[in-house]
This record gives sequence, structure tokens and C-alpha cells, in this order.
Amino acid sequence: MIENQLHHIKIIIAASLIALLTACHDSNIGGETKEKLNENYANESGGTLISAMTGEPSGLISMIAGESASSAISSNIFNSLLKYNKNLDLEGDLVEGWQISDDQKTITFTLKPNLKWADNQPITSADVLFTWQAVTDEKTASPYASDFQLVKKAETPDPRTFKVTYDQAYAPALDSWAGLQILPKHLLAGQDLHTTAFARNPVGSHYYKLDGWAHGEYLKLSRNPNSVLGQAKIDKLITRIIPDNSAQFLELMADNIDTMGLDPIKYSRIIPARPELQQKLGLYKELGNSYTYMGFNLKHKPFDDVRVRQAINYAIDKQEIIDGVYLGLGINIASPYKPGTRWSNPNLSPYPYNPAKAHELLKQAGFTDTNGDGILERDGKPFAFEIVTNQNKEREKSAVLIQRRLKEVGIDVKIRAIEWASFISRFIKTGDFDVVVLGWGLGLDPDQYNIWHSSQQAPGQFNFIGYHNPKVDKLLEAGRLELNPDKRMKIYHEFAQVLLEDSPIVYLSAGYGLTAIHKRVKGIDNPAPPAGIGHNSQDWYIPTPLRRNEMAAN
Amino acid sequence: MLIGISLISFFIMHLAPGDITNNEAAFNPKASEESRQKLREMYNLDKPIIVQYGLWLKRMATLDFGKSFASHQKPVFWQTTDKDGNITKGLIQEALPITLMINLLGLAITLTLAIPLGIIAARKYMGWQDRSITLFNFIGFSIPSFWLSLLLMYWLGVVNNWFPISGMHSLNYESLDTWGKLKDSLSHLFLPVVIPSITGLAGITLFVKNGMLDVLQQDYITTARAKGLNEHQVVYTHALRNALLPLITIIGLSIPGLIGGSVIAETIFAIPGMGKLFYDAVLMRDFPVVMGILTIGSALTLLGNLLADIAYAWADPRVRRGVARG
Repeated sequence: MIENQLHHIKIIIAASLIALLTACHDSNIGGETKEKLNENYANESGGTLISAMTGEPSGLISMIAGESASSAISSNIFNSLLKYNKNLDLEGDLVEGWQISDDQKTITFTLKPNLKWADNQPITSADVLFTWQAVTDEKTASPYASDFQLVKKAETPDPRTFKVTYDQAYAPALDSWAGLQILPKHLLAGQDLHTTAFARNPVGSHYYKLDGWAHGEYLKLSRNPNSVLGQAKIDKLITRIIPDNSAQFLELMADNIDTMGLDPIKYSRIIPARPELQQKLGLYKELGNSYTYMGFNLKHKPFDDVRVRQAINYAIDKQEIIDGVYLGLGINIASPYKPGTRWSNPNLSPYPYNPAKAHELLKQAGFTDTNGDGILERDGKPFAFEIVTNQNKEREKSAVLIQRRLKEVGIDVKIRAIEWASFISRFIKTGDFDVVVLGWGLGLDPDQYNIWHSSQQAPGQFNFIGYHNPKVDKLLEAGRLELNPDKRMKIYHEFAQVLLEDSPIVYLSAGYGLTAIHKRVKGIDNPAPPAGIGHNSQDWYIPTPLRRNEMAAN
Repeated sequence: MLIGISLISFFIMHLAPGDITNNEAAFNPKASEESRQKLREMYNLDKPIIVQYGLWLKRMATLDFGKSFASHQKPVFWQTTDKDGNITKGLIQEALPITLMINLLGLAITLTLAIPLGIIAARKYMGWQDRSITLFNFIGFSIPSFWLSLLLMYWLGVVNNWFPISGMHSLNYESLDTWGKLKDSLSHLFLPVVIPSITGLAGITLFVKNGMLDVLQQDYITTARAKGLNEHQVVYTHALRNALLPLITIIGLSIPGLIGGSVIAETIFAIPGMGKLFYDAVLMRDFPVVMGILTIGSALTLLGNLLADIAYAWADPRVRRGVARG
């Protein structure tokens, strides 16, 4: 809590500082440099891109490490069988093609010819088989094993063919193969993946290879001459580990790093207020695959009543949350999918802010203010509950705005924010909560069986709100069996519609991911395609005149 | 003593709700409860606490601090070599020297400034020197160090490109010559060392000043003056030595802080030291790391107290005689 408040104070102070000090110094980027940054340059290779992240990866075998810092780096080093292209359709990464059998149970992948690891050894189907065995091994505790345990049989008829057979058709399978980074068998066979030194000294096949890793300081990647997808433009990627966001921003201002993720204040207030920053930084926003929601414990009264859930949904002004908490950098959603993608149903619209409707529904559900204290009662008991959330600035602020709006319709809300591990084990796991404000970060496959299916309610599973709707169960089961994308899309559109009417959760907002990149980096797609700005980072380039002094940046 | 400390810290740590499988990265619909259960079994977290403590104690008996849960099972304390000769460094082995160096440098700066300032303030008691030193101390004591850090980082690092903003080394550190490396390290250390010294200065200065004021009123100082010794000899030979004695206690008390490091400073300056290591380990419920730091920390603290006592005896003949008599 103290740490959190400190962080808060730090941001405020940094913001006021920056505002104060802007006036009294000459920017080191003059008009001349500005012209230079915006000229046209030839597309050429070379240069170094320096970025920053707040946490250090524990290791670079992402199926073991599991955290985002790890996959952010390892996705530059390892390939998967498949990948998503700029429009979020699947295409081959290591494979040139794949066939699905008529009964939809067998997938046959054909590797591209002449693939090589960074150490010149050939990549064969044996490596793929090894990776599958590793992730499903009894001894491996990979958080992502469950998708791969469904594979009944994996075969390698020849060095370029890898064939998997499932017990029954499993639609999320292709997505799962796009997420599994293939590891080299010749370096890892017989090793314990949890302790192997390979995790800190990996050999992969992608655009880059690891050059150096200074603990707690930085990771350096350089181009992999054997890259299976051709050569990336930028020579070196350096990622510095800077835990504090304000310190990262100071480094960005001082031009010591080229890119960092921003929060809404920096994106829409601080940078636009400083001309010299605006001149040298490009700002980008992209929708992430995540959203914030308020979830009801459906096993607790009165949240078992759909009218109550809908009433609360009508009573909350989501636009106010987006404007107030995210400074407008988010959007209102009506389905648990990223808007603009195939899976998001374009015909659905979010619950509007309508307190009158909320009143009416609450009245139908039996809530009236009998004693005139401004709080509704049913059977003599006031309508009061507690919103529990973890210590996350945005979620706490959203909860406060919700508290106020619900007060207006006569519901008394208290807020409790606690540290993550305690939050999960004391409230989520035990189901001992009324209402939570939380977020889901999702994959690109539409399957959300683990979150909504009624069988997923045991402690530690993800349907902790206790949602149970036979219709949704059936749709989720059907969605897993259907490999045809168009038929599958219809299933999930219907699922989202039922979910919206049922209102087991209130969608609060889907926030934009915000990034600043120095304008010396060229070739960035803006506005971002569905896959995000990073989809073509291998084609980004830094023209020679705009490079840092390479001696200093090496 | 150590066993007592370890017992208490072990149980407090395990009383905190949650374990390593509850971290934020694990809250992913793709991650199944079975895989979390597997992790728990792997780390013996499914066993009763008392059994876990027994296992830990058994390992400690052979000075084995175990392996971290979170950091790809890096050894907690000291490096290990696997069968292929790959060396994996220990977490504390990497973090402790950094924290110790920063804090010792900081302490050295604090003492070199605080002692003269304290003496001046005592000698010119109630004069303008004393007042300005007191005012300076008051400001230094009141300024939150993270605020001062950000301010100086902005001014010295962004507005004027005089000092690096964060980190331990420049990215081209490896390619520098010895002189360049030293210069690079010192410039990176400047802010993280100087800022805590400024804020730490206030207490020590006041301590020296009050000790000095006390001593200067003693009879033996009057005697020394009466003997006709000059002021310099009175102050530096007779008074100072006595006035500094309590400082040994203060330094002894600061030893846990020297090893513990500061979460806030280390986070702001991106320094991979002990404070950050411990804080992250608590948040991740990385029990072996938490226990390793607490054990090594308490062992070093006990050692530090012992050293302080010995130093006291060395510096003050009266203590020595007391020991001999007792």
C-alpha cells in the first residue's frame, strides 16, 4: 500500500516537475534536428534500438518462465510453428503449410526446407516433437501444458513433417501451436528445463540471438545470420531493465532509450505539453487483447438475479471511467473480444448509462427505499456490498467512480484494495467476495471455456464468479469443436450476445496500449493494424544520420 | 539466536496468504490449476509448514540456501556449477556487493562531512555557523529522498547531460579501458550514493554536535584548557575522541541497513541490489530467497554488533578495563 502510494506521489511530482522545468531550459533538439528527423531516408540495415522494461526475465524458455518479460525477449529469439499476421490470421512461421484431416482430428505440419538453428544445426520435426514432449512431460511444470496434453499422438514421419492427432477436434489447437516456441533438441535433450543454463544462454532460430545479459541491467540481442525468416533491418536490440517508470521516462527524455510503454498521463498530457519531446517522439496507440471488468459473485444474493446485474450495468457510466481514469484512451466494449477483430460481434452495443432504467429494474427485483435513508432495501436489509480489487491505480479509481454512481441509485458500496497474492488466495480462490474489479488479458483464440464454462468453478479455476448458463456451456463446447473460422465466428458472436444479456460482468473498458518510439526509427505502421505496431518490427530501420553515436550505444 | 530468528521469519512468511503460484503472471486462463498444483509439489508447498521448516533447516545445516522459485531456480546464496561447467551465480552473491559498496561509500561520505560539520556547530554553538548547519540539516532531514532523486536525475541527467540517470554501467562499459571503467562506474554511483548521504547527514551531524557539546563542558576539558593547551589540541586531541565514542554504537546499529539496501532508491536508480531483491521476493512469495536474505542478514547483523562491541573496547580503555575486571 505504501509503495503504491509512493508510486502515486512520484508520478504527480514527476508531472509537476516536468511542467515546472519545461519553461526554464533550452531544448537540446532544435529546429534543425526536427527537420532532420522528418526528412526522407533510404531504407537501410544497421543501428541499435534501445528499449526498457520494468522487470527482468527469469529465463528465456517462455513455456517455463511464463511472465511477459520473458516472452517479450524470447519471441525475438525463438519461432513457433505458426504465427499471426498483421490482420491476425494464422500463417506459417517455421512451417510452409498445414493440413487438417477430414475428421478434423489430425493436423499435419510441413516445415520449410533448410531451416537452421543459430548454431548451424538443422531444424527438423524431431525438434518439434522434443518441444511437445518437454511441455507435456510429467516433470515439467509449464503453465501452458493443458492445450498440448490433449494431443493423443505426435509423430514425425520424416524430418520435415510433424503430425498431431487429437481425441476429438480441438479448434484452439492451431492457436496453441502459434504460442509454443520450438526449442533445439540437440542442446536440451536430457536437461532439466527448470534449471538448465540454456535459459540464460539460449540458441534459437528467429531474427535475433542473445549476445549478452548483465543481471539486473540489460539484455543485448544481435541479428541471427541464420534467421529462418530472412534478415531484420536493425542490427542490435538492447533492452535495459529500469524498474521505475519515472526513471524510464527520464531516460527517454534524455534520449538514452528509444522506446517505452506509456501511461495515459504521459501520452496525452506530458508529452504534448513539451514541444521538444513531441518533436522527437512518435506516439502510438493500439488496442490490446485485454479489458477491465466488474464481476459479480453469482452465488451470492442478490447477484443471482439478472435484473439486479443489469440494473447495476445501467447505473454505471462507463464513458466517465474511460475519460476519467484512462484520459479517454480506452473504448467501451460489449463482448469479451478485441473490437475490430473477427470474433467481436459488431451488432452488440454496450449498456448505456441510464439510471432511470436501473431504478426500474431494481424496483422489479424488489428493492425500495423504505426508510428514506437514500439506500434501497429488500426484506428490511439494505443493498450494500464491497468491491474488492488488487492494488492497481486504474482499478481503484474505476471502483471509486462506480461507488459514486451506485450511490445515486441507492446502493451502498465499499471498496477494498489489497496486494495481489493475498487478493487471489483470500478472496478469489475461496469465492469469499461480492463484487470484484479485475481484468482479463486474453490470447488471440476466441475460446474462453476456462472463464465461462460451468465446469470451471473449482477453487483455483477461472470461472470464480460462478457463471452457469447451459446455453453458454453448449456454445463454448461447440466452439472448441469447430475448425471452420466462419462457422466458429457465428458461435462466438452468439456467445457474446447471451453473455451481454446475462450481464454476469460489467465491461468497464478496453484500454489502449500506448507506446512512444523515437522518430529516428522509421518504417512503423501508423495507425496500428489489428496485430499492433510491433507486427513488422523486423522491417523497422534507423537511417545512418539519425543513429546514436554507435560507440556510446554499443 | 539465529534459529530463533529463522523460525519466526519462516512462520511469518508462510502466514502471508498466497504462494509462488498466485503471482500475477499465473492469472492466465491458459494456465491450469493442475500445473499450479504440480509447481506446489515441486517446491514442497503442499506439505505442512512444520515439515517445510524441517526440510529448510536440514538444508541449512549443510549451508545450502536452496534455489529461488522465481528466478529460473537460481541459487539463493552462492554460485553453482552444473555438469557442463556452466556457472550460475547466486542471487545474494550478485546483489550484496552492489548494496554494500553503495552504502559503505555513502556512509563514508556522511561521516567525512558530518564529523567536521558537527564539530563546527558545537564550537560555534548558537553562532551563525551553527544556525546554518542546523537549517541545512533540517532541510536535508525533511526532503523525501525519492523526490530529491527524481529532481536531481532530471536536472543532472536530462537538462544537463552531466550524469547518467539510472543503471550501474554504460552500455559500452565492456569496451572501455580501466580508467574509463572507473570513471563510468563512479559517475553512475554518484547520484545513488550522494542523495542518501545528504538525507542521512542530518542525524549524524546532530549526534556529533551534541556529543561534542557534552564533552566540552566536562571538567577534564576545563583542566586541559587550564593547562594552557591551545584550542586545537583541546578540541581534536581531548574532546573529539570522547565525543566520537557513541558514534561507534550508531554505526553498529546501521549495519542491518548497510546490508538491507533501500527498495525505493534501488528501484528509482535501477540498481539490482538487496532491497529490490528482497521486496520482489516477498511479492512473489519466493520463500527460499526471503529466508536466505533474512538468515544472512541476521547473521551479518549479529556479527556487526560483535564488531561494534570489539571496536568500542578498542577505542575506549574504560570498557576494556571493565571487561578485564568482569
